[in-house]
Amino acid sequence: MVHGELWTIKELFVTPNEYIYWSIQIVMYPFMTGLVAGAFVLSSLYHVFGIQKLKEMARFALVFSFALLFIAPLPIMLHLQFPFRGVMIFMTPHFTSAIAAFGIVFFGYGAIVASELWFLYRKHFVETALRLREKQDKTLVEWFWYVVFCSLTLGVYDISEESLHKDEKAIKFLAGLGIPVACFLHGYAGFIFGSVKANALWMTPLMPVIFIMSAIVSGIALCMLTYILTMEIRKLLAARKRASHARYRSQEELKSVEISVMQMTSKYLLAFMVAAISLELLDIIFRGYTAVKSWDILRSVIYERDFADIFIMQYGIGNLLPLILFLLPGLTIRRAILGSVLVLFGVFMMRWNVVIGGQAFSLTFAGYMHYHLPIIPHDWETFKEGLGGALSIFIMPFVLFWVISHIFPLFEQEEAH
Amino acid sequence: MLDLSQSAQSDGGPEMITRRNFLKNTALGIAGAALPLAALEIVDPKKLFAQVAAETTSVRWVFLVDTYKCVGCGLCVKACKLENEVPYDANVTRTWVERYVLTKKGKMYADTPKGARDGFTTAKIDLGADGLKDISGEGIEKAFFVPKLCNQCENPPCVQVCPVGATYQAADGVVLVDRTWCIGCGYCIMGCPYGVRFFHPVYHTAEKCNFCYHRITKGLKPACVQACPFGARQLGNIKDPNDPVTQVIRTQRVGVLKSEFGTKPQVYYIGLDEEVR
Repeated sequence: MVHGELWTIKELFVTPNEYIYWSIQIVMYPFMTGLVAGAFVLSSLYHVFGIQKLKEMARFALVFSFALLFIAPLPIMLHLQFPFRGVMIFMTPHFTSAIAAFGIVFFGYGAIVASELWFLYRKHFVETALRLREKQDKTLVEWFWYVVFCSLTLGVYDISEESLHKDEKAIKFLAGLGIPVACFLHGYAGFIFGSVKANALWMTPLMPVIFIMSAIVSGIALCMLTYILTMEIRKLLAARKRASHARYRSQEELKSVEISVMQMTSKYLLAFMVAAISLELLDIIFRGYTAVKSWDILRSVIYERDFADIFIMQYGIGNLLPLILFLLPGLTIRRAILGSVLVLFGVFMMRWNVVIGGQAFSLTFAGYMHYHLPIIPHDWETFKEGLGGALSIFIMPFVLFWVISHIFPLFEQEEAH
Repeated sequence: MLDLSQSAQSDGGPEMITRRNFLKNTALGIAGAALPLAALEIVDPKKLFAQVAAETTSVRWVFLVDTYKCVGCGLCVKACKLENEVPYDANVTRTWVERYVLTKKGKMYADTPKGARDGFTTAKIDLGADGLKDISGEGIEKAFFVPKLCNQCENPPCVQVCPVGATYQAADGVVLVDRTWCIGCGYCIMGCPYGVRFFHPVYHTAEKCNFCYHRITKGLKPACVQACPFGARQLGNIKDPNDPVTQVIRTQRVGVLKSEFGTKPQVYYIGLDEEVR
């Protein structure tokens, strides 16, 4: 069986070698990098522009961005025919290719996030390491954490007021530097598509900008969702622990924090969402107005074949509905959960409609291809390029987030104990 | 600065000498500033070699298709599959033949069942998932066949987008794929406006027509050219003015496919119709 044949159905005039070669994992790739970039930009809003109301969210978003970062290259790995040759992109990059820049952009960005995290959590590392050092008869687990935190201090134990002030300066600088780099990381993913001149739907200079805007939207939505989930867990714990430990915040206190953070964050979500939708609509209007050779087939794809995916799923359920949910006064936690889930769905559908929609028509402009996502896998290929592979990629950052949250505490309150 | 003014005074004409010194220093400054820039340009032996080879080689392979001569027998496709070890029954092929049927009502139908490996055995048009379309002989305004293969573009987008340089252009213009280096990302398949690339079903690397490079570099004809009973396909060297293919391209009216992409395709067609995609 030829790669792509399994999930492609051809209709009318399609040339023999055309299949949907870029399938679900290539939908996941910009979706995941978008979440990375978006989470980082959200955290930078506090660190760079000093938006105090986002303080709680800022370090949370930064840690999440770091967790997501490790997952971002995985969809490409799962997509490659030779995953173990993937390292060649870093070793022998061919710089006329947009994909070749991945190594530089990815590691450059990773270095910025890692160093910002280090400066942000340096005090915590030092304090934990010192606390564990002083502790008599450590258990094996404590020894493990002692070694981990000692290594994380990188041998710097100076946490005087002066040096912490310097840390803050460094954080501000890195967060500022990170914004353009995060935008580049994702704008560049848009460039991968936008620069394919052979594809009539993809080729537009607007593509990187559209990708950046929707990336920030999805990143903020995911941070909101995860923030609510962790807060809910904290509320449950608070109810249980408060009886014995007075230092834990009360449930009501947590709830008011949660709501105010949500209200603030959702404002930024809305602003970026409006920008993203405007750009996407501009693209469609411009294509219809200029109506070049490819417009006949694009119109039939956009307004007929993919109508439900684009106008109902993406714009309706994924954009308009959450827009109304967030704009209605008196935001509640439930509404915020529903809104951010819908926004995430909308951005996912946008990636889907770009990647799969871009391959829904033939190079002949006289034929169509339909994509059928493999749901029940019967071999490795149908797993990794099917529902199972996509879900694994989506779940992984949450697991990783949970793991690294043991090193980087998400909430300042918990640092105390 | 002190030296400068002293020498200016001793020569008597302060303005002139200052200018000379000024020019001298400027020239030195520019040369000094330019030096590190020049040092930045690292000579890439591969690039240099390719450049020299392209300039000194006397071969640039091109292809000529005479669509008037093609009858859609598909022997070229069959020969290609066998010669280049593309699995016979796999639904991918390095070359294929398209059939175009234009009706009197102004509708265009086209198909290429199995790449026309077995020729066109029925008058019905293959519409893929939509089944077969029967068109009556009287309803047809015009119909013709168009063989397709890699255009070995002068400005190949597939080479541009390969992230690891596994696909490259030889000095004689043919675009090749290194199967030991290809990572299988599919970017070149996406980047080709002609749809000539695919993943090889056995090697899983990007695969494409290379004018039967293993044959033409030994003085043989490509398998499809050899197999065509009607001379619809010909290979030529555009750098050789006496080559019959070169003479046709230079003196007759020929066209290329999708020139709007700026790829400068090097497969020339005689009798190309506006409807050909």
